[in-house]
Amino acid sequence: MLGGSLAAASLPVAHALIPHESLHGGQTAAAQDPGHAAANGSPAHAGAGHRGLVGSVDPRVNGFDPAKIVRDFDYGRTRREGGRTVREWTLVAEDKEIEVAPGVKYAAWTYNGRVPGPTLRAREGERLRIEFINSSEHLHTIHFHGIHRAVHDGIPGVGPGNIEPGDSFTYEFDAEPFGLHLYHCHSTPLADHIAKGLYGTFIIDPAAGRAKADELVMVQNGIDTNFDRENEVYAVNTVAFAYEQNPIRVKRGELVRIYLVNLLEFDLLNSFHIHANFFDRYPTGTRLESTEFTDTITQGQGQRDILELRFPYPGKYMFHAHVSEFAELGWMGFFEVVD
Amino acid sequence: MEAGSVLAPRRLARRLPTWVAGLLPLILLGLGIALFVALDAPGLERRGIPLEELVVDRTVLSPGEIELQLRNDGPDPVEVKQVIVNDGFASFAQSHDSVGRLGEDTINIDYPWVEGESYEVALLTATGGTIDTEIEAATATPEAGASFYGLLGLIGLYVGVIPVAIGMLWLPWVRRIDPRWIQFLLALTVGLLAFLGIDAVLEGIELTSVESGASQAFGGSALVYLGAVTAYLALAGVDAYLRGRQRRHESRSDPSERPSRGGQTGAKPGGSGAYKLAFLVALGIGLHNLGEGLAIGSAYAIGSLALGATLVVGFALHNTTEGLAIVAPVAHEGEGGRRRLPRLALLGLIAGAPAILGAWIGASAFDASLAAFMFGLGAGAIAQVVVQIAPSIRDAAGRLLHPLAVGGLLAGLALMYVTGLLVSI
Repeated sequence: MLGGSLAAASLPVAHALIPHESLHGGQTAAAQDPGHAAANGSPAHAGAGHRGLVGSVDPRVNGFDPAKIVRDFDYGRTRREGGRTVREWTLVAEDKEIEVAPGVKYAAWTYNGRVPGPTLRAREGERLRIEFINSSEHLHTIHFHGIHRAVHDGIPGVGPGNIEPGDSFTYEFDAEPFGLHLYHCHSTPLADHIAKGLYGTFIIDPAAGRAKADELVMVQNGIDTNFDRENEVYAVNTVAFAYEQNPIRVKRGELVRIYLVNLLEFDLLNSFHIHANFFDRYPTGTRLESTEFTDTITQGQGQRDILELRFPYPGKYMFHAHVSEFAELGWMGFFEVVD
Repeated sequence: MEAGSVLAPRRLARRLPTWVAGLLPLILLGLGIALFVALDAPGLERRGIPLEELVVDRTVLSPGEIELQLRNDGPDPVEVKQVIVNDGFASFAQSHDSVGRLGEDTINIDYPWVEGESYEVALLTATGGTIDTEIEAATATPEAGASFYGLLGLIGLYVGVIPVAIGMLWLPWVRRIDPRWIQFLLALTVGLLAFLGIDAVLEGIELTSVESGASQAFGGSALVYLGAVTAYLALAGVDAYLRGRQRRHESRSDPSERPSRGGQTGAKPGGSGAYKLAFLVALGIGLHNLGEGLAIGSAYAIGSLALGATLVVGFALHNTTEGLAIVAPVAHEGEGGRRRLPRLALLGLIAGAPAILGAWIGASAFDASLAAFMFGLGAGAIAQVVVQIAPSIRDAAGRLLHPLAVGGLLAGLALMYVTGLLVSI
């Protein structure tokens, strides 16, 4: 695995040779690989079920599928303005009932009808424009992590402040610094606006890109279904035990890059642990050198890390929060390593 | 024309048979309700989210499984979708996917519970609501077989029948003591009964309190008071009926004899109504012991009964005094010598045997609402009995609270209080 971290360090040079389109590489590779195709919504593992959970969530009811979200990167629309790439997205805040565990409904607030919201992905140095349309019944904003002017910080009382229902606003800033970031609603009460589902991952790739890998987005979250300010359900990408019932397929020996984000509310800490393997850790993804080689990390609220690893052996390998309570309440899944 | 139009409805009303006239409003009400329901409450819209209330009537633990018997206490149907035991999802099966108002559901949870440990069970509903219940100290629920009922019958015998029977053996002594002391003993009996009455009300209220998580659907603690009023009125009615029949009987046999004090003194000890009084005392005590048996049985079923010598000794001392209360009214009853023993045995059974019945019901089909109503019945019966005994305590001057009576009352309360300290369910 030391080799892996050396490869990552030498990556900018190698990656400069890869054309821009290869930014989509992870996705394209997944679609071409029969193994990956099977993992996307395949019923092969449905019903296997965690010992504790009864039934399974139908992704068609929710309109989003954790099996797809995990490899779904939204690159937006691009155009050239004054010799510079401008990348644009439209995010719509919508109130929507989602199913977070089999049969258990939750009145969520969403960006584009899914929790977590779309994984926005750009390249360092681009100009970004995010049109925000508030179709919810409540006041909302979008606050991006990153470096930008106060007017576009998306908080109440500064710049446009809260966006009224029916109104819209376009946030605009440069993609900096490269790394793994977040966006979320910043209206008050803050914990509620985040916990109800208004958040997503915001990735800025280094100008030179990163090494080709099978890339996965994992947003660790929790759902307070009964509004007692404690979570009843924990998960990655919202649906309890989604990857336990439907494991994530990866290829043996292939570089796997996990964009791991903690958007859990009400609990101070969350953690990630992988079985029978170790990974390199790149905190916030803002440096290209691994700071740690481990199998368990702990993240506070809003903290994120890029993890890189390869699976040397085939088989089913569990990953879960090492906070055992969260694991048993839904934050548990499997990698299925195939040749 | 004018006169005719005014008179027509009156004439029509007069022509209606009485029973139709009596039923007419009810029929209209029924039609109105049917129409309202058929049209799905036109003009009225539900505000807010459904109110989900499930109460756990009973918890049954067997190796590797927790069974919850639930009742829907709320106005809306409830769908249990997932079960969380001690912060982890647990798989389960249930008898009804959706439970309507007052409907029942049984949930069987696969869970490797450990003897003596506590468990928090949260039922996660379709709306994301949670219904929490706690198992304080897990222990296997005894299987309801012959030995189970045998054991409970034995407990009932120990705490109900035997102590009461022993207490009744005070009869020969009671017959010999100075008649003035009978007044003291009757006051003592009233004191005992007053304690039991208060105890029954408090136990019933505790069983159905909101804090205890008991079902409120059937009225909760109100059942205790309703039970008390029902028993009081029922016994008063029976008493009035019996007295009326007795009076007719007596006036036929001896027209010169008139009921003393307009019949409101009730039966006098040693008089012809003595056994009736003793019967009423036994009945009141029996209803109380039924409640006590229910509490013992249910505590035994969930394993929270500290079964053993202390409990039995405590109840024995506590309930022996009840035997004294039954025989005090018949102290100077001289008639019916040959029939006396069976009569006394019957009184003892009426007072003591319900403890056995209560223990069986309590352990196998405990229902807090039913138990509370029973406790209420006991309290009401006791109140009626106290009213019946009270005239017998009056002294020559007609005073109720003369020093001897007050002494007896306080002694009765104190006796029950002290022996009650030995008993804790």
